Amino acid sequence: MSPTMSARKIILHDMCLRDGMHPKRHQITLEQMQSIARGLDEAGVPLIEVTHGDGLGGASVNYGFPLHTDEEYLRAVIGTVKRAKISALLLPGIGTVEHLRLAKDLGVATIRVATHCTEADVSEQHISLARKLGLDTVGFLMMAHMLEPAKLVEQALLMESYGANCIYCTDSAGYMLPDDVKARISLLRERLQPDTEIGFHGHHNLAMGIANSLAAVECGAVRIDGSAAGLGAGAGNTPLEVFNAVCHRMGIDTGVDVMRLADVAEELVTPIMDEPIRIDRDSLVLGYAGVYSSFLLFAKRAAAKYGVGSADILIEMGRMKTVGGQEDMIEDVAINMARNKP
Amino acid sequence: MAQRINAALIGSGNIGTDLMMKALRSAEINPVWMVGIDPASDGLARARAHGLKTTTEGVDGLLPHLATDDIRIAFDATSAYVHHENARKMREAGVVMIDLTPAAIGPFCVPPVNLAEHAGRREMNVNMVTCGGQATIPMVAAVSRVQQVDYAEIVATVASRSAGPGTRKNIDEFTRTTAHGIESVGGAKRGKAIIILNPAEPPLIMRDTVHCLTATTPNQQAITESVKKMIAEVQRYVPGYTLKNGPVFDGNRVSIYLEVEGLGDYLPKYAGNLDIMTAAALRTAEMLAPEIAAGAYGQTNPQSGA
Repeated sequence: MSPTMSARKIILHDMCLRDGMHPKRHQITLEQMQSIARGLDEAGVPLIEVTHGDGLGGASVNYGFPLHTDEEYLRAVIGTVKRAKISALLLPGIGTVEHLRLAKDLGVATIRVATHCTEADVSEQHISLARKLGLDTVGFLMMAHMLEPAKLVEQALLMESYGANCIYCTDSAGYMLPDDVKARISLLRERLQPDTEIGFHGHHNLAMGIANSLAAVECGAVRIDGSAAGLGAGAGNTPLEVFNAVCHRMGIDTGVDVMRLADVAEELVTPIMDEPIRIDRDSLVLGYAGVYSSFLLFAKRAAAKYGVGSADILIEMGRMKTVGGQEDMIEDVAINMARNKP
Repeated sequence: MAQRINAALIGSGNIGTDLMMKALRSAEINPVWMVGIDPASDGLARARAHGLKTTTEGVDGLLPHLATDDIRIAFDATSAYVHHENARKMREAGVVMIDLTPAAIGPFCVPPVNLAEHAGRREMNVNMVTCGGQATIPMVAAVSRVQQVDYAEIVATVASRSAGPGTRKNIDEFTRTTAHGIESVGGAKRGKAIIILNPAEPPLIMRDTVHCLTATTPNQQAITESVKKMIAEVQRYVPGYTLKNGPVFDGNRVSIYLEVEGLGDYLPKYAGNLDIMTAAALRTAEMLAPEIAAGAYGQTNPQSGA
């Protein structure tokens, strides 16, 4: 253990009601959301994200129609929690400033504006408005493994200049190894304003969720995303109850009760899973080939429909250098593969 | 033979410059001015090389020359934010405006769907929706002319290099304006638009996916025929407009997978999003040109006075 790690204070941000919408095909019920949010709140988790898996306005043919609207989900959860704050994700190009205003009016405290790691300048409208509205404003740079650290910092500086008070390095593909995380987080910490916070969002496709999150904390990240029971896209997010326990062992202060969070994962989240969240062959491919984790179920469905291999579809999506949001290309790829089958 | 009418191009970025290259070949439109704000603009340099007059003073630098140079039509390729002011100034000067920003002040024009409707209407401002709208609304219309479309959604994926600062600052206007166009021109009861920027190198050719949800079971044969016919219509002015896959039928979902390769006039061929926009704008202007030349728009500077 690094001597500087103990006595650190970090914010755990739970993803199971947003990223967890992906493996649930956006069908989590209001009651499930409320019971999980209540459990997280009582365990002391300070920040909980709630929306469609693809953020505000994500309801679509392309990403899936949710059981309820963002408004219904947010209203239900915000009315349920006592201490925890609620965050909402927004991807410019999918959601708009109207969604942002709606979220603010509903009582969302944190807006996370997400772009592909090279495209920060599409977030100016949204970040500057969120900041103006007095929201905790986060710039969320997705698929950050695709960009070298120095270039990632340039994009982070743009988001900071628009008004983001926190910048995330987001490992959407679960591709990064601890050294990749360290290189990025260290340089972000060095180059951003001292009062700009740094966060890390991991996926567990190579089982690196905990190791990568620790690497991030070691290099100065103070917000760590994870998901109770790991419920999230691909092989899930960093399992939050496990990371929390590790933090307690290491003396990192999360303010979250180890056993109560473990109870939420075991008793509330695991029972709602449609399939176990685990590193199956397809999830391994996501992490190994650097492919957006949310593609997983779309690839499985297209594979079944067109009689081709789901791992082959994901590898092709990686070869095409697709980015988050290009779910539409999965059926296109599957049709081409079926046509060209020997 | 139609008389060429004099035109001003406002905006010297990717779209304005590509439009200029196409307009130089037009039998109806004569590009005379290009307006910019950046003296170092590559577009302005190219415009001067092709004999156009240029200003770096924005629209105000053009205003004193409208009458003397008999400018009858202007194309705005700036951004939705500045279009409102540009539109007002051109309207006051009696210059017809073709708007390539997503400002959507004037009625939408998607040529293969509703160009003819704009004839004889004397509209002083016609809006070209968005690049994604030009690429996808014809497909929505191709389905909705067969049977009712309750919902249509489009996903436009463009190469990062083909999205200039205007598009990036305007990303909400893109989704909003495209969604409105899907409804009002495409004929869907409800529309949604998604745009994705992809930085891959070499850059990807523009891809567009159109998902329609029909009210009743889709008539597969009629929709497939209608889509193919519409593809041919678009190909008349954008030869690189291609049906890659589909229509795919899955319950009431009809999905159409498109690729749009440009002519490579200014940016390389991958930037089909620029090409379909500028080609559509020019086609619209060419259709209106004879009416404008005949003085149907009541300009303050009729041709005889120039």
